Amino acid sequence: MKFRSLALAAAIASVGLSAAVVSPSAHAQAKEQFFPVLVYRTGAYGPNGTPWANGYVDYLKLVNAKGGINGVKISFEECEFAYATDRGVECYERLKGKGATVFQPLSTGVTFALTEKAPVDKIPLVTAGYGRSESQNGAVFDWNFPLLGTYWVGADVAIQHLGKQYGGLDKLKGKKIALVYHDSPYGKEPIPLLQERAKMHGFTLQLLPVAHPGVEQKATWLQIRRERPDNVLLWGWGVMNSTSLKEAQATGYPREKMLGIWWAGAEPDVKDVGMGAKGYSAITLQHGAEPNSKVVKDMLAMVHAKGQGTGPKDEVGSVLYMRGLISAMVAVEGVRKAQERYGKGKVMTGEQTRWGLENLNLDDKALADLGFAGVLRPIQTSCTDHMGSPWARIHTWDGAKWNFSSDWYQADQKVLRPMVMSASTRYAEEKKITPRTPEQCKQ
Amino acid sequence: MIYRENGQFKTTYAADQQIFTIAQDKWFVLGLIAFAFIGVPMLADEYMFRAILIPFLILSLAALGVNLLVGYCGQITLGAGAFMAIGAYAAYNFMIRVDGVPLVAALLLGGATTAALGIIFGIPSLRVRGLYLAVATLAAQFFCDWAFLRLGWFTNYSPSGSVSISNLSAFGWAIDSPVEKYLFCLLFLVAFAFFAKNLTRASIGRQWMAIRDMDVAAEVIGIRPMWAKLSAFAVSSFFIGVAGALWGFVHLGSWEPAAFSVDRSFQLLFMVIIGGLGSIMGSFFGAAFIVIMPIFLNQALPALGSLFGIAISTAGVAHAEFIIFGSLIVFFLIVEPHGLARLWAIAKEKLRLWPFPH
Repeated sequence: MKFRSLALAAAIASVGLSAAVVSPSAHAQAKEQFFPVLVYRTGAYGPNGTPWANGYVDYLKLVNAKGGINGVKISFEECEFAYATDRGVECYERLKGKGATVFQPLSTGVTFALTEKAPVDKIPLVTAGYGRSESQNGAVFDWNFPLLGTYWVGADVAIQHLGKQYGGLDKLKGKKIALVYHDSPYGKEPIPLLQERAKMHGFTLQLLPVAHPGVEQKATWLQIRRERPDNVLLWGWGVMNSTSLKEAQATGYPREKMLGIWWAGAEPDVKDVGMGAKGYSAITLQHGAEPNSKVVKDMLAMVHAKGQGTGPKDEVGSVLYMRGLISAMVAVEGVRKAQERYGKGKVMTGEQTRWGLENLNLDDKALADLGFAGVLRPIQTSCTDHMGSPWARIHTWDGAKWNFSSDWYQADQKVLRPMVMSASTRYAEEKKITPRTPEQCKQ
Repeated sequence: MIYRENGQFKTTYAADQQIFTIAQDKWFVLGLIAFAFIGVPMLADEYMFRAILIPFLILSLAALGVNLLVGYCGQITLGAGAFMAIGAYAAYNFMIRVDGVPLVAALLLGGATTAALGIIFGIPSLRVRGLYLAVATLAAQFFCDWAFLRLGWFTNYSPSGSVSISNLSAFGWAIDSPVEKYLFCLLFLVAFAFFAKNLTRASIGRQWMAIRDMDVAAEVIGIRPMWAKLSAFAVSSFFIGVAGALWGFVHLGSWEPAAFSVDRSFQLLFMVIIGGLGSIMGSFFGAAFIVIMPIFLNQALPALGSLFGIAISTAGVAHAEFIIFGSLIVFFLIVEPHGLARLWAIAKEKLRLWPFPH
């Protein structure tokens, strides 16, 4: 009996396995621009990963509804990895064989792992608003594109904003600023810049790590209660953010003195806390919740009205949805730019897309045509600047929605550039990479 | 009919003491190894290597180490993930701090460091056993998580806490393509598996098993529990440490402590329990089950759904994967509590009688 069931199980498994092995080759199609979509709709970070994924996929659908990229239709496939680095790498390996255009892992841990692999496979890695901060230097990191902003930009803007609130950066002297961060590469990224700024302005930086997934923060907030820092910077993701806000409420730490990074400034982070999060501010990756933008109206009319929307309708235009949408937009625009050079109406390879992303030039007019007027500032990348736009602004939760509460800030290149250069040079030495010269860049 | 040892007489002690006393077994295993070295590189594609075969080989090695300790010596450990981390970070530090150290030496030194620390974390086993020991080894897990996150020296003061290694080469052989990485891991695994198999047949392995079955009785017949237990911790940690170093160097290339979290420890323990405690073969079965099954389900379910014209959402597949995987574990544990290795043994028993069972 046991032997028979074992044999049966083995037979079923082998049939299934061969189906799984065969299916990838059946998927490979040459006519369509294939976008792999690494998502996490489940797990501890699912509530935040889902709207991002919906926005990303919806935008690809919208491009198809508008006729594709100069006529080239987009195909895509999702792969769920639940924010686990090893499963993310598995997804990468699975989808790259299908002719992947760009990868956007939405996880700093996976970005670190893929940074080693992308140059070998010649697939660009777009990390809009996350990833390695020093990868802004495209001369060393040929294949990484931290478009729109890095954590160093975020941290720099945070300090500028606090300085402004106190009436000048020199007023920060003697202040105590605490960083409550997710204890992973993601949360640790801003530390070098904050330390640099602390040295410049004479404030003390207190580092308070929170272990994954971040639901246990009692000890952290006890420390905050005891030390009473003048401000708290929140570098959390997923359930950690709402937990922090609830703990702040419980310990009586004023939410007005808390400032989050753009991954700690979306609806899922504050919705459960509601009025308890009133006054809490977060840096934005240029955009906030944009229900009135043209692209959202197009989306509702051309995708959701036809019943092809990926997620619920009322989520369209929310902060993380917009971030997914913008991430997809920059990748699509990279392909469009590449087509200008390598032939309109053709399917671009990863290598060709890389050129497009490196020569991206989205001015106000181009953004307005795409429906992003008032959402984004112009993005212009180059060989040495893979970020394209150092702007950010702050938005504040009023208990029901996010409202912009500051003017535009620009990350201070005098602080940022030397750090990017020294970190990327160190990386290049470690990996024995010769940075590209300006002549090589022109090719 | 085919699998029968009739007529295979052993006329020397050497023949009697072979690892595989039955000729069919020997040829099967040799054939399998030959296939792994020659056939697989010709058949598998890059995805198979990178996403399935390399993780499978490395985690098999780790499961082998856990099995020596849990299955053969009866000391439950929940610190396997931590020992993998120690191996990886130790090898990393040897690699970057000692000039010109060869890759294989760094990996083995990583294993040796893990063995030394394994002895230290094994000391509680002299006083406590069973579940209490499991909890004591959990301390290793939390200690290592803390050390590698907080002490900058281990990560060479990397600002993000993530370390990376590239440009691997051993004896002038540049290990960069997936096939080469696979072969490199396979060499390690084959060597270590034979080493483990021989250890368990030698006096040291018999001492471990005596301790596992009843430590008081073992002590009475002259086995020193301290030596037996600590040697089991040392050898097992050595295996796990090398596996950890391979996991970091060859599979991930760049890693952070989260790669060796407590989840990994549980995963390794489950591999051993599902595969079969006290069985070398079982370690491989367990690793295959835990590594390949979730990925297989993840890909097979949408394919299966599309056969019937159903599109399953990504989240739906992920949930179904957990449900089916969990129920399979329960199923196998109910059908055969001694693990998949026992099923394998039963299959061989049946095969001996086939086609005329009594």
